[in-house]
Amino acid sequence: MAATNNNSSPVRRRISQIFARIREPVSGAPLLGWLLGALVAVILEQLIGLSLARMLGMSRIPALFGIVIVLQKPSLIPSVILYDLLIYVLPTYIIAWLSTAFANWSAAKLLNFNKWVAVLVHIVLIYAVLHIWCDVSDYRLLVVRLILVAIIITASLNVINGYMGEFSCSHPGFIALGAYMASVLTVGLFVDDNFYGPALLPTNLGHFLFPVILILGGVVAALGSIIVAVPSFKTRGDYLAIISLAFMFMVKSLFENLEFVGGARGLGGQPDWATLPVVFSWTILSIWIINNFVRSTFGKSLNAVRDDEIAANAMTVNTRRTKMTAFLFGAFWAGVAGGLFAHVIRYVNPSTFGIQMLAEVLAMVYFGGLNSIQGSIVGAFSINLLSEALRPLEIYKWLIIPLLLILVMIYRPTGLISFTEFDFMNMIQPKRKTKEEVEYAAAAD
Amino acid sequence: MPLLQIDHMTHFFGGLRAVHDFNLEVVPGQVRGLIGPNGAGKTTIFNLITGIYSPTEGTINLEGDNLVGLYPHQIAAKGLARTFQNLRLWRHMTVLEHVKQARYSKLKYGLIGAFFGTPRRQREEEQSDRIARELLELVGISHLADQVVTNLPYGAQRRVELARALAIEPKILFLDEPTAGMNPEELDQMMDIIRQVHNELGMAIYLIEHRMKVVMELCQVIQTLVFGEVIAEGTPDEIRKDPAVIDAYLGKEVEF
Ligand SMILES: Nc1ncnc2c1ncn2[C@@H]1O[C@H](COP(=O)(O)OP(=O)(O)O)[C@@H](O)[C@H]1O
Ligand SMILES: [Mg+2]
Repeated sequence: MAATNNNSSPVRRRISQIFARIREPVSGAPLLGWLLGALVAVILEQLIGLSLARMLGMSRIPALFGIVIVLQKPSLIPSVILYDLLIYVLPTYIIAWLSTAFANWSAAKLLNFNKWVAVLVHIVLIYAVLHIWCDVSDYRLLVVRLILVAIIITASLNVINGYMGEFSCSHPGFIALGAYMASVLTVGLFVDDNFYGPALLPTNLGHFLFPVILILGGVVAALGSIIVAVPSFKTRGDYLAIISLAFMFMVKSLFENLEFVGGARGLGGQPDWATLPVVFSWTILSIWIINNFVRSTFGKSLNAVRDDEIAANAMTVNTRRTKMTAFLFGAFWAGVAGGLFAHVIRYVNPSTFGIQMLAEVLAMVYFGGLNSIQGSIVGAFSINLLSEALRPLEIYKWLIIPLLLILVMIYRPTGLISFTEFDFMNMIQPKRKTKEEVEYAAAAD
Repeated sequence: MPLLQIDHMTHFFGGLRAVHDFNLEVVPGQVRGLIGPNGAGKTTIFNLITGIYSPTEGTINLEGDNLVGLYPHQIAAKGLARTFQNLRLWRHMTVLEHVKQARYSKLKYGLIGAFFGTPRRQREEEQSDRIARELLELVGISHLADQVVTNLPYGAQRRVELARALAIEPKILFLDEPTAGMNPEELDQMMDIIRQVHNELGMAIYLIEHRMKVVMELCQVIQTLVFGEVIAEGTPDEIRKDPAVIDAYLGKEVEF
């Protein structure tokens, strides 16, 4: 155990030994076990979270693991750490450990029964954890929905910038197209508002048609992306980056000058249809489809075009079609995410879709990791949390996030988790069998 | 009827005449060689045939179909597969992924299959997986299937390129200096592989070589190119004895 290399310092060796010892009891826990643990943790928080927080000197349950409090009141750092340990880390760890045998057995049973049912059970559990966690505060609910939207945005940008290796800066433009398209449809047709007047169609119908509206937003974004995709046939690198940047500004000033959508004042009053289950479902759907695509030979063509376009061509890959597909596909999901975003925030404004959003989405992709779904999820999650934590420092936020981006580029140019395959079916497999588990399974059968 | 017929092909790079009045007939199953000093225009001829450049003049026909003006991927899909003098591999992809990628034009499941993972996609990907593994077996690198290519030794990388080209199911295989940079042992192995590929799959092969041993032993017909012009064409024995070839090329630097 803990066989680290010889030239590491004793301290480092000691630390990695400790970590190995902590990991040992839960090394056989499958994803199902961890999810059960997380479920117990969030339920526990509902029951005793507030009293514990008060006991530790905080007025409320720390909304985002305490990261916001930490910057405002550094004296509370020990309390926050203790809270996170007692409420999240320990219960999850203990349940994952204790349930190992049961969880492995159930995971195996589920997979034997039907692999799609097994996947569905895991997804429902993830949703349950999120739902209960968000129940504690509206702020959490907002942040979680924004993170879920950001995951779609990051994964879709990764298709173009990571999987295909183009440095495209047009994503805020695609997001804006989707956001405005969806907003105009919902605000204009289905709700009473000051700007477009009374609803033209019943609100319930709009609620029902919301998926169609989001898809239309995606389609408009995809159509817009043709403007960037066509030049990409001939140009790569810096020139394409500039073209895509120009596209972003074009879209922004288009909306600034379109009085029909509120001009620079923006457009508000979107109905509250982007609820947690709605956003969650779209995130799962987009990840599923994007992951299917990038793992197919057609999707791998993006990698071939990135790594050597001449070779790709010589090996029968239609590189124009490949580039067009990547842009349309990436932009489509950016558009869908834009529609969701507009209905989470319930207000859009051209200046939202500018250079700051670009910095943020690029940071999510390049920090999380190129050519990776896991990286996209990690990137969206961590940059959003960071961004919330730094919110009190408003201006410095725009120093720290770019600085972080620079550091990542220097020390890990492809990001935290890059060039991986995302295989959910593999993630939900039961882990190795211990003696007790074999006995447990025998007894349970 | 010849498989591939090229008539009076000429190509200029700006003012430089890289290829002049080049003619070629390849019949099915034939193994042909193209030799000539560095800068003679050999690689340019490959690039012209495979559509990377369009010839300034002349015609290229494959089984009666004109190839001039088609995109490289279309020409490749018609059955002209190639390797590159300076390896062109995809540095983040595994060996197996390389070979499967070259099945692109054979896949019919389309974007619907790619997005939703339809049973049809499952079937076609499994089939292309099987074919790819067979080809890796054929060139002797099946044990490296899941390695990323940048981790492989040079000789193995050359074999990846070969297996990848074979996945196109070529009618003609174009090999641009397949033994460049290899030591004598690797060279012998590569020659064996080329022979075996030819025996088992039977396509025509057109290869550019620098080493006389390779062309003389493998090829039925050899062309000698100097300054973009063919100065001699014939069997290995004829080429070996041709005074123009000896004078222009062989006599100076190469011995048999
Ligand atoms: N893309 C290009 N642009 C301009 N000149 C080129 C290009 N490719 C090749 N050449 C020139 O054409 C000539 C033939 O090159 P090449 O076909 O690579 O020779 P070989 O493969 O026989 O060594 C050389 O003089 C080379 O410099
Ligand atoms: Mg050459």
